[in-house]
Amino acid sequence: MDIRSQIAMVFHLDKCIGCHTCSIACKNIWTDRKGAEYMWWNNVETKPGTGYPSKWEDQGIYKGGWEKNKDGNINLKGAGKRRGLTNIFYNPNLPVIDDYYEPFTYKYLDLIESPEKDDQPTARPVSLITGKPIDIKMGPNWDDDLSGTPDYARNDPNFKNISPEEKEVMFQLEKMAFFYLPRICNHCLNPACVASCPSGAIYKRGEDGVVLINQEVCRAWRMCVTACPYKKSYYNWHTGKSEKCILCYPRMEAGLAPACMHSCVGRIRYLGVLLYDASKIEETAKADEKDLIQKQLDIILNPFDENVIREAKKNGVADSTIHAAQNSPIYRFVKEWKLALPLHPEFRTLPMLFYVPPLLPVMATVKKTDNAEQQDKMHPIAKKWEDNWLYDTSTKELWGTLDQIRFPLKYIANLFSAGDEELIKEKWKKLMAVRIHRRKVTVGDISDEKVTETLRDANMTAEEADAIYALTSLPKFEERFVIPAAHREQAIEMMDFTGDTKGGTGFGIKKPVVRGI
Amino acid sequence: MNYLDNFILIVLPYVALATFLIGSIYRYTSRKFQVSSLSSQFLEGKKLFMGSVPFHWGIVFIFLGHLIAFTIPKGVLAWNSQPVRLMVLEITAFIFGISMLVGLINLFIRRYTTPRLKYVTNKMDFAIYILLILQTFAGLWIAYNFRWGSSWFSTLLTPYLYSIFKFQPDITAVALLPWTVKLHIMGAYLIIGILPFSRLIHMLVLPLNYIWRPYQQVMWNWDKDKVRSSKSPWSVHRPKNT
Repeated sequence: MDIRSQIAMVFHLDKCIGCHTCSIACKNIWTDRKGAEYMWWNNVETKPGTGYPSKWEDQGIYKGGWEKNKDGNINLKGAGKRRGLTNIFYNPNLPVIDDYYEPFTYKYLDLIESPEKDDQPTARPVSLITGKPIDIKMGPNWDDDLSGTPDYARNDPNFKNISPEEKEVMFQLEKMAFFYLPRICNHCLNPACVASCPSGAIYKRGEDGVVLINQEVCRAWRMCVTACPYKKSYYNWHTGKSEKCILCYPRMEAGLAPACMHSCVGRIRYLGVLLYDASKIEETAKADEKDLIQKQLDIILNPFDENVIREAKKNGVADSTIHAAQNSPIYRFVKEWKLALPLHPEFRTLPMLFYVPPLLPVMATVKKTDNAEQQDKMHPIAKKWEDNWLYDTSTKELWGTLDQIRFPLKYIANLFSAGDEELIKEKWKKLMAVRIHRRKVTVGDISDEKVTETLRDANMTAEEADAIYALTSLPKFEERFVIPAAHREQAIEMMDFTGDTKGGTGFGIKKPVVRGI
Repeated sequence: MNYLDNFILIVLPYVALATFLIGSIYRYTSRKFQVSSLSSQFLEGKKLFMGSVPFHWGIVFIFLGHLIAFTIPKGVLAWNSQPVRLMVLEITAFIFGISMLVGLINLFIRRYTTPRLKYVTNKMDFAIYILLILQTFAGLWIAYNFRWGSSWFSTLLTPYLYSIFKFQPDITAVALLPWTVKLHIMGAYLIIGILPFSRLIHMLVLPLNYIWRPYQQVMWNWDKDKVRSSKSPWSVHRPKNT
């Protein structure tokens, strides 16, 4: 056993309201610079949708991630030693800026400085690359909320194995459903970006598993952009260096939650430590596609196991980190309750960001109803709605709705479980069981037998349902973010030895101050 | 002509080599962030193919050819002792030279006709383009007009270059060469001299280490096996992972 600790995350998609506060928090801190304007280390996509960059999930285009070859080994799909070095002069699979969008701003000054004319002055959009006026063809979140057109959604790469009829049903206006998918770097256990970097500039930190790009070693060979199947490594066209999400490590080392997590309005995000067995990474990444998720869960170890604790200590994992691992909300969601799944496990990078699959947009149906009675109760001057439909989330038949969902199950399965529909069903049953159990507790209009049957069906106890409810709906800040405390006093030491830093030039610059320079 | 010959063939190489060495070491140690190939594929990814690929593969083989004639001149002469082999070598080299020139011209056109690229191009890039185009053109001109270059490089230029490296410059033979050849030699020194101050620095950081390093890289700030062991107590010198 080679036990390491990893900072992992859970995003509870049922709670995401798609407000993009996380994206803005990240942008304001890290990527509001020349050459980085187009980068969104954190972005929120509408699913179904093409995402950012456009169709990033289609590895037929971008050739990201690992693929298993005939003799059972895994290779990088579009990079690696042979492909990476022979394509170093021209990378045939590199996304270009138009696949993301050309960053722009508006000439606001024209509004103020315009001379008096017959017409109102306008602020024309100008490119942030050339500074010239442009016609905006795409921007951040261009397909947000389907953007009023299903064209983006129809081109979602996750519609493989879904029949055209099923697809069409999804886009009928009354049945249309979508959900939000916030994405940051997954800080994978088997990162394709690290493996693809010819200069060796990208590395995974041993202490917390954060994947970083050393800006002084990066030489713009741009293989990481291709290799990352999530397209979370970005090329800065101005500095000629690649950049990616750093999981706000300067904040985390100081005991603060990463900016995107801290600012999350829907409180969908959880962050904590997982202990895992690093000696099994290779074996896990090579597993058959159907076993991938199970194997990935298997290398995550029980932080209460005495044997695990002993081995972890032997491997230099701090006591405070082990303590954090025992309180980790991630361990509970992923291992104990088995509610969360990795995004696109079939890319074989073993991502450490888990998602609780969304239930609400999937479970509700739209029903015809007569609203006349309700309308009559309203004040005479109140606006009367002419529609007569109801967004119905009632669950009279316990599992009936699961089969009548508005999303093909396959679609969710293609996103979170490499196509395994049973796995998704299992999670949804659990999420439903928690709701039904809580309905009994708070409202009491469901019989005990029904609740017992539901819980048994979902393979959980009432205590577990209460615990899930508590951590989903009522968690305090410290329960959502369990950041190992040990990093605080080591924060400066992570950069350099404190003795050397005293009298230094400040954060990030290790050289002592020399007068005149 | 003597002063000019002395300048081009004796002064310039030492100045160029000195600036190359000092400049490269300074830039690599003190301005590491600025060492990058500064790829512009991200802003323009279509026309680049017909420029970058022929140019780079061309220059890789042309550079290796010059290097081989410099390091093992006897080997080159022995190879050239049969006319067929000489022809094969010369024609191959010429094709790579053409490929380099075509690539360079494509790159030049691409860079100055794509609006976006104007904002990632500086004056030094222009200087490099001109220098490289002239240098490649001169090289092809020489290869075509003064045959057979691979042989007389090995007998004339290799001893001269050795004399430069031995700090006993001997230019008697080289001074008699036509002015186009001298121009080509001068171009080479200029390229070496400005290399550390331009984007050409990226050829010094060719990632050959990638061939033998393992794919995954994990770094610890501390030596993880020792940092919490009771044998290495908390002290000023903690077991650092270097």
